[in-house]
Amino acid sequence: MKPAAFSYHAPETIAEAVAILAEVAPEDGRVLAGGQSLVPTMAFRLARPAHLVDINGVEGLDRLVLDGDELSIGACVRHAAFHRPVVEGCLGPLLSSVARHIGHYPIRQRGTFCGSLAQADPASEWCLAAVTLGATMTAMSVRGSRQIRARDFFEGIMTTALADDELLTEARLAIPPSDTRFGFAEFNRVAGGFAIAMVLAAFRLEDGVITEPRLGVGGVEERPRRIAEAEAALEGRAPGAEAFRAAADAAAGAVDPMEDINTSAGYRRDLVATLAFRALEQAGRALEQAGA
Amino acid sequence: MAADKTAYLGRSVQRLEDPPLVTGQARFAADINFPNQLHMRMVRSSYAHGEIVSIDTSEAQAMPGVVAIWTAIDIADIGPVDFRADRAAEALKPYRQPVLAKGRVRYVGDPVAAVFAEDPYLAEDAAEAVVIEIEELPVIVSADDPPGEFAAGHGTEAAVMHHGYGDIDAAFANADTVIELDLRTGRHSGVPMETRGAIGRYDAANDILELHGAAKVPHRNQETLVKMLGRDASRMHLHECHVGGGFGIRGELYPEDILVLLAAMRLGRPVKWIEDRQEHLMCANQGREQHHLARVAVDAEGRILGIDDEFFHDQGAYIRTHGSNVANRTMCTITGPYRVPAFRAVCHFRLTNKTPCATYRAPGRYESTFVRERLIDAIAPELGIDPIEVRKRNLIAAAEMPYTIAFDEPHVSDMVLDSGDYAGLLDKAVAAFGWQALKVELARRRADGELVGAGIGMFIEEGGRGPTDGARIAVDINGEVEVITGGASLGQGFETAMAQICAEALGVDYRRVRVIHGHTDLIPYGIGAHATRATVMTGSAVDVAAKMVREIAIDAAAEMLQTPADGLDINDGTVARRNDPAGPAVTLGEIARRLAPDAAKPGQGDPGLAAEGFFTTTDTVFPYGVHLAVVRIDRGTGAVAVERFMVAYDVGRAVNPMMIEGQLVGGCIQGLGGALYEEFVYDEEGQPMAVTLADYLVPTLREAPDIEVLITEDAPSPLNPLGLKSAGEGGINGVGAAIAGAIGEAIGDPGAVRRLPLTPARVMDLLRRADAGSS
Repeated sequence: MKPAAFSYHAPETIAEAVAILAEVAPEDGRVLAGGQSLVPTMAFRLARPAHLVDINGVEGLDRLVLDGDELSIGACVRHAAFHRPVVEGCLGPLLSSVARHIGHYPIRQRGTFCGSLAQADPASEWCLAAVTLGATMTAMSVRGSRQIRARDFFEGIMTTALADDELLTEARLAIPPSDTRFGFAEFNRVAGGFAIAMVLAAFRLEDGVITEPRLGVGGVEERPRRIAEAEAALEGRAPGAEAFRAAADAAAGAVDPMEDINTSAGYRRDLVATLAFRALEQAGRALEQAGA
Repeated sequence: MAADKTAYLGRSVQRLEDPPLVTGQARFAADINFPNQLHMRMVRSSYAHGEIVSIDTSEAQAMPGVVAIWTAIDIADIGPVDFRADRAAEALKPYRQPVLAKGRVRYVGDPVAAVFAEDPYLAEDAAEAVVIEIEELPVIVSADDPPGEFAAGHGTEAAVMHHGYGDIDAAFANADTVIELDLRTGRHSGVPMETRGAIGRYDAANDILELHGAAKVPHRNQETLVKMLGRDASRMHLHECHVGGGFGIRGELYPEDILVLLAAMRLGRPVKWIEDRQEHLMCANQGREQHHLARVAVDAEGRILGIDDEFFHDQGAYIRTHGSNVANRTMCTITGPYRVPAFRAVCHFRLTNKTPCATYRAPGRYESTFVRERLIDAIAPELGIDPIEVRKRNLIAAAEMPYTIAFDEPHVSDMVLDSGDYAGLLDKAVAAFGWQALKVELARRRADGELVGAGIGMFIEEGGRGPTDGARIAVDINGEVEVITGGASLGQGFETAMAQICAEALGVDYRRVRVIHGHTDLIPYGIGAHATRATVMTGSAVDVAAKMVREIAIDAAAEMLQTPADGLDINDGTVARRNDPAGPAVTLGEIARRLAPDAAKPGQGDPGLAAEGFFTTTDTVFPYGVHLAVVRIDRGTGAVAVERFMVAYDVGRAVNPMMIEGQLVGGCIQGLGGALYEEFVYDEEGQPMAVTLADYLVPTLREAPDIEVLITEDAPSPLNPLGLKSAGEGGINGVGAAIAGAIGEAIGDPGAVRRLPLTPARVMDLLRRADAGSS
């Protein structure tokens, strides 16, 4: 369990980083941020990059700031940064509750938000959050900079729209309207384990009925996605067990779950129904607590 | 329990071994380094079964830093890894594991070549460059499958073994009710924090071959190695370091141990091998996988007339050091604490193309308890009798002790249950757990829609099996006591327990007792730490030796103090008159000085305040226990939460209750692993699916409930002077059984659980079936 040999680069600026990346990308150069996925994979020699471009020393990438009506999360912002709410309003507590499900405490001290997005593990909590909340990713290379929307960013298991020479420098999350209510439910078998299924739900209320519903499912298909059928089942309905059950069933019916030797598609589907309902209930409870 | 200040036996004193462990000063196998050492990396089969067509090492051989690469041809003079236990071994010998695969590979992970290089990275680079061509053969992944060919002339059913007594056919013919169950225990194993490690060193100046990183049974392994390598025992030494967990699997001899020793001699440099976690989960001994077709015959009152069990034992690819021991222990303990007039067990001992199996904490007994207690739980609803009552009607009574279970087969030793009040412990456990009120409360919660239930597992354990162990104790001129044993410490508190026993017998502070273990060059014998023997065997020997030292000290003091010996006593290392403790006194250090060789006078006998004592027994001690569990099932996910768990256990006599509690709690949580989380799953090609800790789910603190512990000392063993039994395996034995019963009750179908582990997906299936059955 020793990685194969690689060349190590430690740029100090974004310009330097993308220049090195442009040079080494054709020779399987990889970006090293928190390393919590890449390094174990290298130890198993399942990944054997010839070059590692370590961005931990790059100036400015650890920025986590409110920029207008968006939260800007730099490439080196650790999971642990979200342990406490990072912004006022409803988004901060949501991100905190999601972050607690990521790996173990030491992993969260090192692993990064953007690293999770770039890794695109189907079981990643942040990928689900990015898709459900509608994040925008900034990719930089020597060819320039571009914005990629979350729904276009995730292409499959461990596959994103990032080109080999592109560095994901930040992710931007729109600050949702302050009366948005959230719920998040995940199932795994032991503490810190990978999610077998998870659901992130959000909605607002107008005149006592649900509006702007969002229901994202992660860990179930090859990439996280919002489930239009479930959202349709919520739109315009009064919040409560009946609407939540209908949406949960719609979500379970709409997903096309992955299968593996331990987990059948049917079991994952059952979990989606359970977790969607629980996430929605949580959002509903948040509503009661807020006195709405 | 002794409460006076000077008594050490029975007190929860602090562990002597903790300071280095908790301050980072401990030295594990990976911390051992020798100048000029080489690093070994194994090249392993990636196929579960196949003929080796060719092995090309030429490219790897040419890589920088590579000193040698061996395949089977290079060590053709060395036989397979030998058995150290098992009387039926002769018939099983063809199934032993070669040090490097010869001709065939038989599991994914089977060592095919060994690379020796200047550093571990280069060794791994070169190992990747070794090209092995394998022609695949049909794979057997289940002991249920029809047997195939292991090697020419040898089928994969290595043995069909029988244990039995009484007229089993009559028992079933006369039965009022017969219950038949199809039961499975899943494949799991011990996953110590420290993986295996072996460092071979050849001291050419003295012609001594050393194995560092030994554990569990250094002296037994010395015997095997001496045979395998053709060396003299005085020139083959094993050294134990700190050991990060054993659980039966760590410390057995494996191919890698042989290889580092051979390489150390033949390459003339020390050789280090540290197993990585992936290798550990593919190559270290696994266990537990059995499929039982079990029947019980009962009369109208629920009294057992006979148990008949045919089972299939999945041994994996080879038969390792234990021979067929696990299957034997299963067969011997199926009847457990109950009176079973007729019994028959037939074991199909079969090889499969999976990681080889051997002993894992409570070997054969976790399995047999699951089977037996499932049968008992099935009797209760069938006859409308309470499950506790069914047990009481069948438990062997205290008055029947010692109780002999004699098997018809001449080669199977009788089981002589030495002492026990099984019903008494059941009563105490049930009362302490608040069972009656709990059952009412659970019924109310179920009526409210919760999926909650309670279960019980009763069992006997076995330990302290002989034959002999000894200890050497010496007191120096400062009064410090050194106890040299051939024991081993896997983290269980061996040093503390031995120090307590010595301190009690000799009359010193246990903190002045230094306990040595795990070095074959310091003492020529030793039983090690396996099958919960250490406290019983080595502890009894320490007691004997310490009493001998005490007598020498008192005799010397009698002369020094001019007082008759029978008027003297030793307290806190000082000998004084029993009736005048504050009067004239002499310390053990002063006595040691008086008896030192340079002070010796002719005609006084051997100098030194020291003695060697032995303890010999031909019998086994049988501690016993009751496990009680309460579970809650999440209907939406199938996840099982253990709300409460109690381990009630009679240890005969508790040397250190705190350490026993630690053993029981740790074992219990491992048992929860096998009941709910851990499973070595293989696909139909025999590829292991659980080779990281992300797939092989060891319970964490989050999953571990607070384990309630009830330690009793109601039935001291009559077989040793202190009444000791053993504690190492009582925490794990009944967990599968108790959890199975609790889940059955929670879903409203007591007999529903037929298989471990109860993963959430399987529990969902059970729920679905229970719902379908009730609608």
